[in-house]
Amino acid sequence: MSKQTIIELRNIAKHYMMGSEGFYALEGIDLDIYLNDYIAIVGSSGSGKSTLMNLLGCLDYPTAGEYKLKGTDVATLNETALAGIRNREIGFIFQNFNLLPRATALQNVMQPLIYRGIAVAERKRRAQDALEMVSLQDRMAHVPNQLSGGQRQRVAIARALVTEPAILLADEPTGNLDSSTTTEIMALFDKLHGNGQTLIVVTHEHEIAERCHRVITLKDGHLMSDHINQVSAKLSSSEAVAHV
Amino acid sequence: MSNLKFKIIEGTRSAAHSIFAHGFRSFLTTLGIIIGVASVIAVVSVVQGFSANITQQFDGMGTNVINIESYTPREERLQGVRAKLTYDDYLEIKYRVPGISNVTPTVRMWGSNALITYRGQSSSSMIVGTASTYQKLNTVYPERGRFFNLSDDNSRRRVAVLGPSIISKLDIKGDPIGQHVGVSGEWFKVIGIAEKRGKLFGFDQDDFILLPFSTTKALLGGAQEPDITISLQINEPSQLEQVKQHIKNLLRRNHRLSKDAADDFEIATADQMLDTFDAIVGSTTLVLGGIVGISLLVGGIGIMNIMLVSVTERTREIGIQKALGATRFDILLQFLIEAVFLCLLGGLIGLILGFGAGSLISTLTGLPAATVPAWAIILSFGFSAGIGLIFGIIPAAKAANLDPIDALRYE
Ligand SMILES: Nc1ncnc2c1ncn2[C@@H]1O[C@H](COP(=O)(O)OP(=O)(O)OP(=O)(O)O)[C@@H](O)[C@H]1O
Ligand SMILES: [Mg+2]
Repeated sequence: MSKQTIIELRNIAKHYMMGSEGFYALEGIDLDIYLNDYIAIVGSSGSGKSTLMNLLGCLDYPTAGEYKLKGTDVATLNETALAGIRNREIGFIFQNFNLLPRATALQNVMQPLIYRGIAVAERKRRAQDALEMVSLQDRMAHVPNQLSGGQRQRVAIARALVTEPAILLADEPTGNLDSSTTTEIMALFDKLHGNGQTLIVVTHEHEIAERCHRVITLKDGHLMSDHINQVSAKLSSSEAVAHV
Repeated sequence: MSNLKFKIIEGTRSAAHSIFAHGFRSFLTTLGIIIGVASVIAVVSVVQGFSANITQQFDGMGTNVINIESYTPREERLQGVRAKLTYDDYLEIKYRVPGISNVTPTVRMWGSNALITYRGQSSSSMIVGTASTYQKLNTVYPERGRFFNLSDDNSRRRVAVLGPSIISKLDIKGDPIGQHVGVSGEWFKVIGIAEKRGKLFGFDQDDFILLPFSTTKALLGGAQEPDITISLQINEPSQLEQVKQHIKNLLRRNHRLSKDAADDFEIATADQMLDTFDAIVGSTTLVLGGIVGISLLVGGIGIMNIMLVSVTERTREIGIQKALGATRFDILLQFLIEAVFLCLLGGLIGLILGFGAGSLISTLTGLPAATVPAWAIILSFGFSAGIGLIFGIIPAAKAANLDPIDALRYE
């Protein structure tokens, strides 16, 4: 069975000009991401992890190289088409949650569906389902500052999932959370992966990286290593067998 | 197209959400619009109520009524010359000019002559000596009792028709009909009370006493002919110009004016007065329009200013929305709708406040009831929406053009 490629990065670079000096936050990145990949991106602080995630999420653009998403060269797309990609193909989860502060949990999860032109009743139904999936059905009317950190991140996850994106990008999703909440969130990610979701998670934490099936290490903007995590990959496939 | 409709509905929903989430701030933002619209509606409602009332009065007068008054140019007046219309002129017009009816002489008494008394009470009022035809030309009909007739005039009877305000002014107790009031030191029997007409320009229109013309003339003393006003009705409105010319020739001859001398009288029709009045209302409205334009401009700049601040404040939110898939157009529309919504709300509040203020002014000053014409409402909302669009576009464009990653990183 050949793996279906979702993302192809070829010789990607991100260059910043700081005054008169140039600086490469990313350089020469070649990467293929396949359907139902479960990837951890690790590396020291400042190694370019967030920069890479923002490029993948079409929030930012590379200064050189080619990024193909589902076969489309992203550089050829205009602003409106990029907004469409962010809306349909990508679910982004931020370290600091990035919820709309004045909107309730339900409204936050409904928000991306507005840009898809989905009517309010249907929006509500789908958002409720997504919140139920992250076990927040009894917190739907709360605004973000009435929720705990873990609850906020679960709202953010529900919001990322509600559009059924091709790929879920999480930039240090548990960086602001305690260890038990982290375990909860990771269990949720495992479950999503089990359901066929493609995930990329940036992390500092070993335990998290170990759960993922593929670990990519960045160093000073370069791709240092990209290896399959044998243990967890086996574990998950045996689980999958057990399910069948 | 239905996609745009969907976006407008969603934009309105989100605008309402954000406007009401910051209720007081929104109120302050739109205060310029509120004040602008409120002031224009207040003034327009008063002026309109007023002008409707005046027009009605002129209509009551009949458009085919002509008033003739003496006219002295300023230079001559300074030299002590005074033009005059006399009883003789009245008779000439009445019997020589064809195609007219209800020719009415009117003489007014001023100053010490206008003193009125009743059982120790004394006051002053407008004393008008006139003929029985006065009631038709001026639509002043007795509500009680009767108007004086030809025989009262011929035999110089000392009878009077009172304006309703006189009763309270002189504190007349019981039925005034049949009682006597003193005018200029002579006693007059009250035979009628006129219908109430209310106030105009804050001026009581019911404060007058009507006396028969010849009685009044006698009262003024025979030493000097009084200056009178002559009013009459034209039977055939199409004959207006001919009748005017006829009267003009007749008066010029009567006054022995040389060929190149100017008229020493003025012939005015109710239509002309109405035209003059309309012109005054028109120019008032124009000046008003200018003031409102400026105040709405100031209001609009206020809105733009706050919207720009609000865009900066919501930069992160905009970044989040873009990360979730909002297009430039979505954001543009959202902020534009917010600006227009805000202005329309301001317009609505201004409309209500303005009408309230106008009604209050009318009530306090005794002017006719304030009315807001439909055009003023449509114009107010149109202007408000326009201001929202014009001054909302810059902040909206600023929001729409934010780069998603920069907006998300904004602290
Ligand atoms: N807008 C920018 N202008 C200039 N340099 C930038 C900009 N954004 C990021 N950088 C630089 O790019 C490098 C990579 O940043 P990035 O945020 O990707 O690091 P990271 O791996 O996510 O680190 P952390 O683990 O601390 O989040 C850093 O050295 C940073 O200073
Ligand atoms: Mg980072």
